[in-house]
Amino acid sequence: MNPIRHVHSRTLVLAHENIDTDRIIPARFLTTTSRAGLGQHAFQDWRYRSDGTPDPDFVLNRPDAQGCKILVAGRNFGCGSSREHAPWALLDAGLRAVISSEIADIFRANALKNGLLAITVEDAEHRFLLEHPGLELKIDLVAAEIELPDGGRFGFALEAFARHCLIEGVDQLGFLLRHDDAIRHFEEQHAA
Amino acid sequence: MAARTLLDKLWGAHQVMAETPETPALLYVDLHLVHEVTSPQAFAELRARRLRVRRPERVLATLDHSTPTLAADAQGRRPYITPEAEAQVSMLERNCREFGVELLGIDHPQRGIVHVIGPELGATQPGMTIVCGDSHTSTHGAFGALAFGIGTSEVGHVLATQCLLQRKPRAMAVEVRGRLQPGVSAKDLVLHIIGRIGIDGGTGCVIEYRGEAIRALSMEERMTVCNMSIEAGARAGMIAPDEVTFAWLKGRPRAPRGAAWERAIGRWKALHSDPDACFERRVEIDAGAVRPTLSYGTHPGMVLDIDATVPAPGDAQAQRALDYMGLRAGARLAGTPVDVVFVGSCTNGRLSDLRAAAAVLRGRRVAGSVRMLVVPGSAAVKRAAELEGLDAVFRTAGAEWRESGCSMCIAMNGDRVAPGQLAVSTSNRNFEGRQGPGARTVLASPAAAAAAAVAGCIADPRAYLITEAVA
Repeated sequence: MNPIRHVHSRTLVLAHENIDTDRIIPARFLTTTSRAGLGQHAFQDWRYRSDGTPDPDFVLNRPDAQGCKILVAGRNFGCGSSREHAPWALLDAGLRAVISSEIADIFRANALKNGLLAITVEDAEHRFLLEHPGLELKIDLVAAEIELPDGGRFGFALEAFARHCLIEGVDQLGFLLRHDDAIRHFEEQHAA
Repeated sequence: MAARTLLDKLWGAHQVMAETPETPALLYVDLHLVHEVTSPQAFAELRARRLRVRRPERVLATLDHSTPTLAADAQGRRPYITPEAEAQVSMLERNCREFGVELLGIDHPQRGIVHVIGPELGATQPGMTIVCGDSHTSTHGAFGALAFGIGTSEVGHVLATQCLLQRKPRAMAVEVRGRLQPGVSAKDLVLHIIGRIGIDGGTGCVIEYRGEAIRALSMEERMTVCNMSIEAGARAGMIAPDEVTFAWLKGRPRAPRGAAWERAIGRWKALHSDPDACFERRVEIDAGAVRPTLSYGTHPGMVLDIDATVPAPGDAQAQRALDYMGLRAGARLAGTPVDVVFVGSCTNGRLSDLRAAAAVLRGRRVAGSVRMLVVPGSAAVKRAAELEGLDAVFRTAGAEWRESGCSMCIAMNGDRVAPGQLAVSTSNRNFEGRQGPGARTVLASPAAAAAAAVAGCIADPRAYLITEAVA
């Protein structure tokens, strides 16, 4: 994975709480055997009307959504199904970070393993970000801070190892494989 | 030694390396369950890196999500919804052959929903760590296992190393006092619990279900409760094993036998939280206060007692949920017309669930306006149900009796609810579009689903059970 130190972009805001992974990528697109190409179906049933035309009111369809890499979402983003197709779809749709006050456990783990920053901020900052769509943000992974256009900065939460892996481009499977001796030793002792 | 929770004990027994501030723990996985939807990209990763599966004997694969529930035709062709669905199934067959993984394939007599067959085979056992690329892996926690869903990258990690990098979740206790009333099921209980703690009430936690009402549940009921732990945001749910667990497992094909069984029982009896173990969060539930419970909104925390009225929406989002569901604040849920009834899924697709639905349907008919689909959770559940004539009860009542699979719970295989239709479903998620684009889902117990099928509208299942008892 390529190292990631900063994400710099205007924000898109989806203020809805509890955006589940069925919403992010409906199950009928999960018959793929590839990771690629899911971006066109990200938020499919929200983004397109039943006749297949884009809903102009949906945030991703607005002209100013072009090039936005940061999604600010309501509390408990990514709940529900464990499908890694959800972060694959968001990345393929051009997103590089999701900010919320709470992110569901499995989605967050999946996102971070693919280089999609899934980070949480305090309620006050979250509210501020939700109320100011289109804000130009700089997410600084090294400092673990978000910088506002006026230079103001505030912290975000991200588990230490995940942050290290993002910054250094650490391959987690490679990391695990290097512990083969410890795993073999454990297996020799382990009954179950 | 300090008092430990069941989570502490299971975690400690599977730690290859303890966590530090810098790195998560290396956690060893005893049983890795695999299905066709979340595994292709993981096997591709192994292939690209020229890796083998480290412990093929700890991996068990099956087909459940993309598989048709209609039988093959005379030429043996199955009605896959798309060529992609069929290709996904072929891909798992090929991957299992190439990597030496056991596959309970499309025609195998032990095939079924991954969370139904693990326990059924006795592959799921107390004290194990169990993972699967599927969030309802929490089901297996009913046996006193630490079982949780993972993503596809992690499926690759486990295939290649039998380990995961994990931070230890927090321990949360849900104490269920007293006893469930007659006519109230484990599904009602778990929907009630999710309504109480919220769909993110368990985020970051493993829930241990405890208390008199939990001990009184059968093994299949315990699986229903643990299954929906993820709908409260929890990584896993678990119940300490006891005599109910041991009796259920004894003699299952992959359970230990003879002296090994005796030794296993000895180990399993130690798998409970110590009396003064400390939980980071505790919630108490009064089982006697639980009524037949159904969802009314667009997530599993939006639930109501059968005799309650739809609450006034507190915000725009709750209003959107009511609009999507076509419900009005102040209206009673009972009496709402129903188009589709689905009985099945890893939540409620076991034999006892089919019996509960059949008990309501016996001698009655599915309303003319309702399409009812009954999908057994596994091929073995299907055979057992047919042996006691449940298929005849369903068919005679006018329901469709299908081959096993995930079916209409996730609507990947062509079994779906049409836009705008309202389904009463024994599955686990009522998210917008979960059962098909525009589909409206009301989550319910098997008895409540069957009652809705007969009445043609949402109805109190207790009325039907009482009638039967008198007759």
